[in-house]
Amino acid sequence: MDRDYLQPATLSCPQASRVFAEQSYVVEIPDCHKPRMGSCGIAGCINIDGSLISGSKIEKMITTMSERENGLGSGFVAYGLFPDFAEEYCMQFLFESEEAQAETEELLSHWVYMIKDEKVPTFPQRSMTPPFPLVWRYFVRPKKGTEVYIRTGLNEEDYMVRLVMSINETIPGSCCVSSGKDMAVFKGSGYAREIAKFYDISRYKGNMWLSHSRFPTNSPGWWAGSHPISILDWSVCHNGEITSYGVNRKLVEMAGYKCTLLTDSEVVTYLWDLMVRRHRLPVTATAFAMAPWYYKDIERLPDNERRLANQLRITYKEAFLNGPFSILVGRSDPVTMIALADRKKLRPLVMGVSADGNSVYAASEECAIKSVQPDAEIWATRAGNPAIVKVGEGIVRRGTEDPFLGAI
Amino acid sequence: MKPIVTIPEKYRPTIDHEACIRCKKCIKACSYGALEFKDDKVKVAKGCVACVRCVFECPTDAIIVNELPKQFAPHAVFSPEIRRSLISQANSGGVLLSSCGANAEYMDIFNDILLDAAQVTNPSIDPLREPVETKTYLGRRPGKVVVDDNGKIDLDASETPIVIMDMPIMIGHISLGSISYNAQAALFRAATQLNILAGTGEGGLHNDFYPMAKNLCAEVASGRFGVTSHYLKEVSCVDIKIGQGAKPGHGGHLPGEKVQKLISETRMIPLGTDALSPYPHHDIYSIEDLQQLISVLKESTEYKVPVGVKIAAVHNVGAIASGIVRAGADFLTIDGLRGGTGSAPRVIRDHAGMPIEIAVSAVDQRLEQEGLRDKVTLCASGSIRTAADMIKCIALGADVVGVCTSAMIAMGCTVCQQCHRGACSWGIATQKPELTSRLDIEIATQRIVNMFHAWNEELKEILGAMGIDSVESLVGNRDRLRYIGPNPRIAEILDVKHSGEGWG
Repeated sequence: MDRDYLQPATLSCPQASRVFAEQSYVVEIPDCHKPRMGSCGIAGCINIDGSLISGSKIEKMITTMSERENGLGSGFVAYGLFPDFAEEYCMQFLFESEEAQAETEELLSHWVYMIKDEKVPTFPQRSMTPPFPLVWRYFVRPKKGTEVYIRTGLNEEDYMVRLVMSINETIPGSCCVSSGKDMAVFKGSGYAREIAKFYDISRYKGNMWLSHSRFPTNSPGWWAGSHPISILDWSVCHNGEITSYGVNRKLVEMAGYKCTLLTDSEVVTYLWDLMVRRHRLPVTATAFAMAPWYYKDIERLPDNERRLANQLRITYKEAFLNGPFSILVGRSDPVTMIALADRKKLRPLVMGVSADGNSVYAASEECAIKSVQPDAEIWATRAGNPAIVKVGEGIVRRGTEDPFLGAI
Repeated sequence: MKPIVTIPEKYRPTIDHEACIRCKKCIKACSYGALEFKDDKVKVAKGCVACVRCVFECPTDAIIVNELPKQFAPHAVFSPEIRRSLISQANSGGVLLSSCGANAEYMDIFNDILLDAAQVTNPSIDPLREPVETKTYLGRRPGKVVVDDNGKIDLDASETPIVIMDMPIMIGHISLGSISYNAQAALFRAATQLNILAGTGEGGLHNDFYPMAKNLCAEVASGRFGVTSHYLKEVSCVDIKIGQGAKPGHGGHLPGEKVQKLISETRMIPLGTDALSPYPHHDIYSIEDLQQLISVLKESTEYKVPVGVKIAAVHNVGAIASGIVRAGADFLTIDGLRGGTGSAPRVIRDHAGMPIEIAVSAVDQRLEQEGLRDKVTLCASGSIRTAADMIKCIALGADVVGVCTSAMIAMGCTVCQQCHRGACSWGIATQKPELTSRLDIEIATQRIVNMFHAWNEELKEILGAMGIDSVESLVGNRDRLRYIGPNPRIAEILDVKHSGEGWG
């Protein structure tokens, strides 16, 4: 077995440093010898004018970074996907069996009006490991005014969250992977190229796409646990490991969310929903709570911002995501992409914008952006500093500004 | 005539007469009369408690204190300790007193818990190269910040009274009276230098200590000694003491002979009277009454300082804690079974309550279930001996740990368990001027500062190894702990996985 490419030179050799320096790193590595060095890859693209992007573009972006995955999970989310059903919640499911589907539909019939349901076309790939789930999508409206609805005492969105949580928690073999309006998640266990083919991603068009390829380490690789992880219209692609998971889970569970997906990334999604939708925090303040500045840096802020920074750290200390991460967060109304890395920036995140300024990209690696937009202008966000892009508004933040623009 | 049976001695100093230079320092050092000078020699009398002050004083290292062999026939059930206490009770007919923390072999769960560390998937952090934060807050948190109709954050409506500390450490409540002026001065100065909190204990605050009030937490106990509105307004937080881990259900007892001028002035009681705190607060017979006292204290401090409640860890501690939080407490202190005391009946010191490891996890879980955990600061105390105990206690659910005995040891205490006798040879738990003068405030302060500084450095090292760069991300992070003790049921109750169990 030829493994020379892994061994630069022995250090005892007097000319070691010279040999090392002259060695080319651009070598063609045979598949069987590819080093397992990756982690997760994330990629996203958004058109500011709201024009539609084909799924094949995001497929190209994420598969370019194939070094970052190991075939144990990948996924895509598209926004602006169902203009004909933009007012209905689109609940997309992975079912293990027909029984699980029947049980889920029974429960749904009590909670929501079914506007339309359809099978999501899937194309199992020979390289993928069976069994394959049934993928189904329902366009629904909450049964407002019914006894079930009134007894929960919740508003419409919390009612939908409760429904999703109870299905995922109580019905074995049934998982609601997305539940937002005008969006859907396509994910599963496999390489990004396989998942893209499994769902035939190129058949869909949206004004924003996010995607993820996975190298799971501390959590099992399974269909429902792949990213993006989504609740309502939130979806999160997460590359990282949360060392504070036990603390973060506490906060979301106290607020009624149930962690069922066996992955630390799940809490990130719920935190965004809790803080931005329910607590109505500005996105910048939420990002600050998740990746706060050091106290020594907070001291340097102007008075009001310092007060706010301290207050956010005190109030939302359970929302602080410790450990390395970079995340892409999506949300509709208006369709928004948020890109955020941890406060030490231990995981990569770069942004890009096309020369005409209309297409904005975010990815783990620059190559993912250049592969679809060779003329893109590339920049890196600062550690713990969110980049925010909105359809109709443009680049709201580049991720290089002061922390609280417009929050107070 | 009283039929008194002599109890065999436990310790005996041995004097090396060859080395001894007959300076008699040891005789002066021994406040228990265990050494005497006879026939031009230092001789051993009865009553050695192994405080080892003589060993430290001896200029020629001529003294060794030995533990004597047990003078009882072996018996598996009636241990020598049990027989000693039975003889003692038959002699005196009284309740046996003791001090320091429980001296029974209850399970030390801290030693059965292992910490996690970061490998490969997340990078560990070297605290000497990168910041690792240990700043900690004490007080009520609002749960969420207030956002106005325009989507702007309203800071004035969001802020609550909060105390900021540089370490998640609070020196526990030790009253002036139970310890000497010098000892308390050293504790308070150390707290000020470290920018952490120190508890005043229930004995009020001596005039000299007011300049350090910003680092002090006032205790309002059932005796209300020295509690004035001026005092409450000066300090940075107020703690209502319901109970203490060493003697749950009991009040503090300070014998009249300790109530000398200094103590009498500070506690505002007549010279020489016993300072007996009632067992309950006689204005708190229910949770509603506690709520009223919390309100009264908040009102009298103009809502500027956090008001907390301290309870001993007892079996239903989770439910009691949630009641206290609902009654308005801004912070909550739980004191575990092994917590220290200057004087307590031995029977209650050794047999009542719950270890802090279980209590802190139970309270954290209960407050979480009730959705209250993000609103209150949880302090835990009761034999937090080392930085390792502190770290495990924080990971089990505490925001702040309270430390007393270890700070005393830093000052010189050797845990001989004689505090209740008021004859502390190290000048700590005594009011006798000839003994208190032995404690140098400057040196004691520096030693406490050194010790806690070292703890904080160790905390940073561990946090860094875990891949965590701020201590708040460790609070209640039980995922990062594993149990390796003999009883898996304890792991279940602690909500900690067993060693060998992975993440998913």
